Amino acid sequence: MSLGSFLHRHPRVRLTALLSAPVLWLVVAYLGALAVLLVSAFWSVNGFTGDLVKVVSLDNFRTLFAEAVYRNVTLRSVGVAAAVTAICVVLAVPMAFFMAKVASPRSRHWLVIAILTPLWASYLVKAYAWRVLLANGGPIDWVLGGPGHGPGYGLFAVILVLSYLWLPYMILPIYAGLERLPDSMLEASADLGARAWRTFRAIVLPILIPSIFAGSIFTFSLSLGDYITVQIVGGKTQMIGNVVYANIGAANNLPFAAALATVPVVIMVIYLIAVRRSGALEEL
Amino acid sequence: MTLSPWARWAMRVFMGAGLGFIYAPLMLVLINSFNGDRTFGWPPHDFTLRWWSSAWDNSGARDALWTSVEAGLGATAIALVLGTMVAFAVQRFKFFGRDTLSLLIVLPIALPGIVTGIALDSAWRSVVEPLGVGKGLFSVIVGHATFCVVTVYNNVLARLRRTGTNLEEASADLGAVPGQTFRYVTFPLIRSALLAGGLLAFALSFDEIIVTTFTAGPGITTLPIWIFNNLFRPNQAPVVNVVAAILIVLSVLPVWFAQRLAGPEAGASRT
Repeated sequence: MSLGSFLHRHPRVRLTALLSAPVLWLVVAYLGALAVLLVSAFWSVNGFTGDLVKVVSLDNFRTLFAEAVYRNVTLRSVGVAAAVTAICVVLAVPMAFFMAKVASPRSRHWLVIAILTPLWASYLVKAYAWRVLLANGGPIDWVLGGPGHGPGYGLFAVILVLSYLWLPYMILPIYAGLERLPDSMLEASADLGARAWRTFRAIVLPILIPSIFAGSIFTFSLSLGDYITVQIVGGKTQMIGNVVYANIGAANNLPFAAALATVPVVIMVIYLIAVRRSGALEEL
Repeated sequence: MTLSPWARWAMRVFMGAGLGFIYAPLMLVLINSFNGDRTFGWPPHDFTLRWWSSAWDNSGARDALWTSVEAGLGATAIALVLGTMVAFAVQRFKFFGRDTLSLLIVLPIALPGIVTGIALDSAWRSVVEPLGVGKGLFSVIVGHATFCVVTVYNNVLARLRRTGTNLEEASADLGAVPGQTFRYVTFPLIRSALLAGGLLAFALSFDEIIVTTFTAGPGITTLPIWIFNNLFRPNQAPVVNVVAAILIVLSVLPVWFAQRLAGPEAGASRT
């Protein structure tokens, strides 16, 4: 009897064979690594030798809550993520609506390609492009009337560039949601006497909510954990990611970095649970 | 709903402005790669091909490109195998923890990259390094594969859901042994899903910088890391700009490829 037919007759063996490697990788290696990281958030570092002190204490979290610096960084990061999400929604809804319901089927095809293509251009290349655009004396300064007239690097630049980076991630789920919305519903609403704006508010928007939340999972979580864009266009701005990074590198305090890193994870888990009820996770 | 001609026009203008917002920065990089001024004075006064030839001669960028390709191919290969295995297990079997497993696969990409990065880094240093395998290209491949599995998994799972098992049963009824069924029926059915998933996995790995920062051993420089390291050096700016321009031009390829493969939706699930 060949191996193939042996496996065919024993589905449980087949399942074990299929699952062993992936489970070993994702559950044992990846989840294990995350668990160790979580545990190490309760450790500390010996100030003189730099060695890990594997004694459980809540000191890291106490510092995290007590010091205004970390509260501000957390609030700033959440604020940036929320602002980026709001900007992306405002830009994406009309664009997606135009693509799905106004443009002709032929141009619709090309518009989808036009939105998809920049997704494949490197993240770093796009952040770099904005570094050049926003540079002192760069194109934006030039348009606005000379060096120093543009916004330059800083918090505003971070919000602008993150919105730019994640905008397609918001357009695509909204477009997909609108494509499923039958035109007959819009016509029925018009036949019943609703004007365009009323139809949009009463029919389109409620149906779009899960899609908008699905897109917001990307825009929110990708913005919340970002530190590369912040380094490239943020000037002196600091977000959670930068502080985590600084604690691993320069400060060599892995336990504190781990404690800091739990902040975006907890915020994301809360966010996911909050939006799950709208059915957003099925839209991903 | 009936939109007034004015509303249609307003939306058309908005769409155009939105596309302008998306494409203007990319166009700027392309134009600047010919800008004769070393500091990208704007507007450009003269145009040159000098930066393209100096980028071509830059061995650092070329080595980094090669490292990125190696890491991408390695991660894609692992992701193809693992992602396909999980997709088959989840679609064809019922087992304890199935829903948890499908959530777990999304986790490496849903959590901030820096969390995955530190976790893998400290795990590698405390578990793998004592076994004598230091961080190097291999650890980068392992890190990338962890978050690339999901793209292959999603594509293959969707394909398996759509095709069902009728053809495989027919093949078995006609006397094919399981190996033949897989080779002549199942594999051709999922081939384009594997290609789309693999393409996404490669692109994801090729672009990744955060997990790479934490998992790369000394001397391992992928292209994103190289760009980032040289981004803040003014005299490297023209070469960085040419590399950026090349990457923008290359980004058309996967979309074109996905179009030929399966229509516009194939490239839609970037994550």
